Amino acid sequence: MARLAAGEGKRVLACEMDDKGSLAAYLGRDDLTFSPVEVSPNLYAMAMNTEDSLREYIRLFLRVPVLGSLTPLARIFDFVANAAPAVKEILAVGKLCYEVRERHYDIVIVDSEASGHFVAQVSAPDALATLVRIGIVADQTKWMSNLLHDPEVSTVLAVVTPEEMPVVETIELRDRLATATPIDFAGVLVNRMPAALVDAELLATVAPTSGHLATSVQVGEWLSERRSNAELHARRLADALELGNVETIAEAPAGTHSPERITDHLVGEMRRILDEHA
Amino acid sequence: MIVAPGNMDETIEQFAPLDPELFDMLAKSRMIIICGPGGVGKTTSAAALGVVAARHFPKRVLVLTVDPARRLATALGLGTIGNAEVPVELAGAKGSLDIAMIDTKASWDDMVRRHAPDGVTRDRVLGNDLYKTLTSRFVHSHDYVVTERLYDARESGVYDLVVVDTPPSRSALSVLDAPRRMEQFFSSRLLKLLTAPTQSRLLSLASRPFFIVADRILGAAFLSDIAEFFTLFRTMEGPVVSRARRVGALLSDPATSYVVVTSPEPVAMQEAGYLVEELRRRGHRLDAVVTNRLVPSRLATGAAERAEALIEGNPLHDVERASRDAADAPLTTATRRALAAAEREIANIANQHAAALAEIRRWGARVLMSESRGGDITDVTSLLALGEALRT
Repeated sequence: MARLAAGEGKRVLACEMDDKGSLAAYLGRDDLTFSPVEVSPNLYAMAMNTEDSLREYIRLFLRVPVLGSLTPLARIFDFVANAAPAVKEILAVGKLCYEVRERHYDIVIVDSEASGHFVAQVSAPDALATLVRIGIVADQTKWMSNLLHDPEVSTVLAVVTPEEMPVVETIELRDRLATATPIDFAGVLVNRMPAALVDAELLATVAPTSGHLATSVQVGEWLSERRSNAELHARRLADALELGNVETIAEAPAGTHSPERITDHLVGEMRRILDEHA
Repeated sequence: MIVAPGNMDETIEQFAPLDPELFDMLAKSRMIIICGPGGVGKTTSAAALGVVAARHFPKRVLVLTVDPARRLATALGLGTIGNAEVPVELAGAKGSLDIAMIDTKASWDDMVRRHAPDGVTRDRVLGNDLYKTLTSRFVHSHDYVVTERLYDARESGVYDLVVVDTPPSRSALSVLDAPRRMEQFFSSRLLKLLTAPTQSRLLSLASRPFFIVADRILGAAFLSDIAEFFTLFRTMEGPVVSRARRVGALLSDPATSYVVVTSPEPVAMQEAGYLVEELRRRGHRLDAVVTNRLVPSRLATGAAERAEALIEGNPLHDVERASRDAADAPLTTATRRALAAAEREIANIANQHAAALAEIRRWGARVLMSESRGGDITDVTSLLALGEALRT
C-alpha cells in the first residue's frame, strides 16, 4: 500500500510496529531503524522503537539537554516502561501521531502489532487520559486522541487471510475496537485468495476413473475445495461486518520466494482493485 | 446381548498409531510451550497436541491459551472459555483434557489475594485505579501472569501435562522473559526510591535529574499515584519474587519442552527461525518444529509428470497412458487444460514446500509435518485427526 501510494505521487511514511523486520524485507532493505530512510522515491520507512521514541520526545518537548550518556536515559526508560502503564504504547502511538500532526508526510501507513495487541495500542491515549489528568502526558493524550478519533485523519484497515480463525479474529477485532475507542474502521482486505484454477462443475463431468487421471482429478478437487472454502470465509466476513462485499487480493503464484516480488504482486492486485472502482 | 470376551476390543475405538517421535515427546514432557508466528495454526496445533496426548496417554492434560484473541474456544467448539479450567469431552480417551484461557485481570486479582500480607492491603491494591487500568488494559501486564498461571497449573499436581499456547511471534519471548523482569523490577533502585517515604522522595525529586524528567513527562500527581500503588505492591515483594524465581526455573526445567510452529511460507519461516534462535539463546530445550499446511504428498508426487501427460501434442505426452485414460473417460480439451493447470500449480507449491522443509531441517530440531486438509478445524474429532497425522 505504501509503495502504491508513493507511486501515485504521495509522500509516504511506512512504519512497522512489532520489530519483525518483514517490512524491511518487503521494501527491499536489510533492516529499518527508528529514523525513517527513503527506500524508494517518496517512500520513507521506519521501525518503531519505544526507547528511541522517548529520546526524541525528550529532545523535542522537554528541551532537557541531551542526557550525557545513554545510561541515565536507559534507566529512565526502564522505569517508565516497567512502572508506568501505557507508556510503551503511548510512545509508539505518539510518535506516529506526531508525524501526522506535523504533516511531514501525506500519509502514514502503520503495520500494527497482531490483533490482540493492536487494540491496547491504539486506545492507549484514551486509557491514559482517564489515569493522568494533569501534566505533560495528560496534555499529550488529548491531541493524540483527537487525531485518532477523526475519521478524516485516521482509519483502521484489517487484513485477513480467508480462513476460519483469522476471520473470527477480525470480527472480534472490530467489536473490541468499537468498545475501546471511537476510531474509524475502514473495512477489510482479504489477502491470499487462492486462484480459481479448476471449476468444480467441470471436475464433476469427468467419469469415475483410476490411475493417473484419478489423481489429477483429486488434485483439481483439492485446489477447488481450497478456493471454495476461502470464498466461503470471505463471504462470512463480509456478512458479519455488513460490508456488501470485501476486496480480495489473489495469492501470489507458488514459488514467489522473494519478498520484493510479493510486494510487486500485491501492488499489482491493489491497482486492479482501484481500477475496478475507477 | 452376549458379548464374547474376545470381542471386547471392538467396543474400544481404534487408536491411530502415532509417529514414534511424537509419541516420545508426549510421553516424556510435563509441559510443552508452543511458540510461533501468527496465522500458521499455532493455537490449533497446541489444541491438537493436547487432544492427542489425552487420547493416547493416561494423562490429565491441560491446554492453556494465553492469546488475547479467543481462538482456542473456536477450535474446540466451545462457545467461550474463561480463567477457570473447563473439561473437554473426549470419547474413548485414556486420559482427560481440560482447557483454560488466561484472563489477565482475574489472574492478577488471584495473585494479589494470594500474596497480600493482610486484608487491608489486599483491598487497597484491588481498589487502586492504577492497578485496575494496568491489569485490564495493557498488553505487557499480561506477560507475567501467564507464567504465574502455568506455574500454578504445573505445581497444583492436578495435571500431568500442560500445553501452553503463547501469543504470536516475539510476544512469546516477552512472556518467557517476564519472571526475570519481575525479579529485576523489585530489586531496582528506582523502585526503592520511588516507594521511599514521601519526605525523602521529595528530596530525591529535587536532587535527581531523573525524577525531574519523569515528573515533567508524567506529572507530579500521576507520579504520586504510581508511588502509592507500588508502595502497596512492594508489601508483596517477598512472595512474588520467590515465586518469580521458581517460575523462571520451571521455564528452563528439562521436563519443559518448547515447540515452534510454522508454515512453509517464507515470512512465517523467517519469524520461526528467529524464535528457534532466541529460544536456544535462552537455554530452552527446543523439542520439535511443527510445519503446518504442507501440500498432501499423495497429490504432489508426480504432479509435474501428470501435467505433461495431460497436454495433448506435448512430445513427452504418454500416448499409451493417455489412450487408456481416454478409454476410461474421454476428456474435453478444456478439462484437460484445467487439470494440467491444477497439476502444475500443485507441483509449484510442492517444490516451494520441499525447499522450505529442507531449510527447517537445518534448524536441527525434529520436524513434525502436517499436511493441509480439506475443511476447517471446528471440533475435537478434527483436532484429533490433525494431531494423529503429524509425521516426522
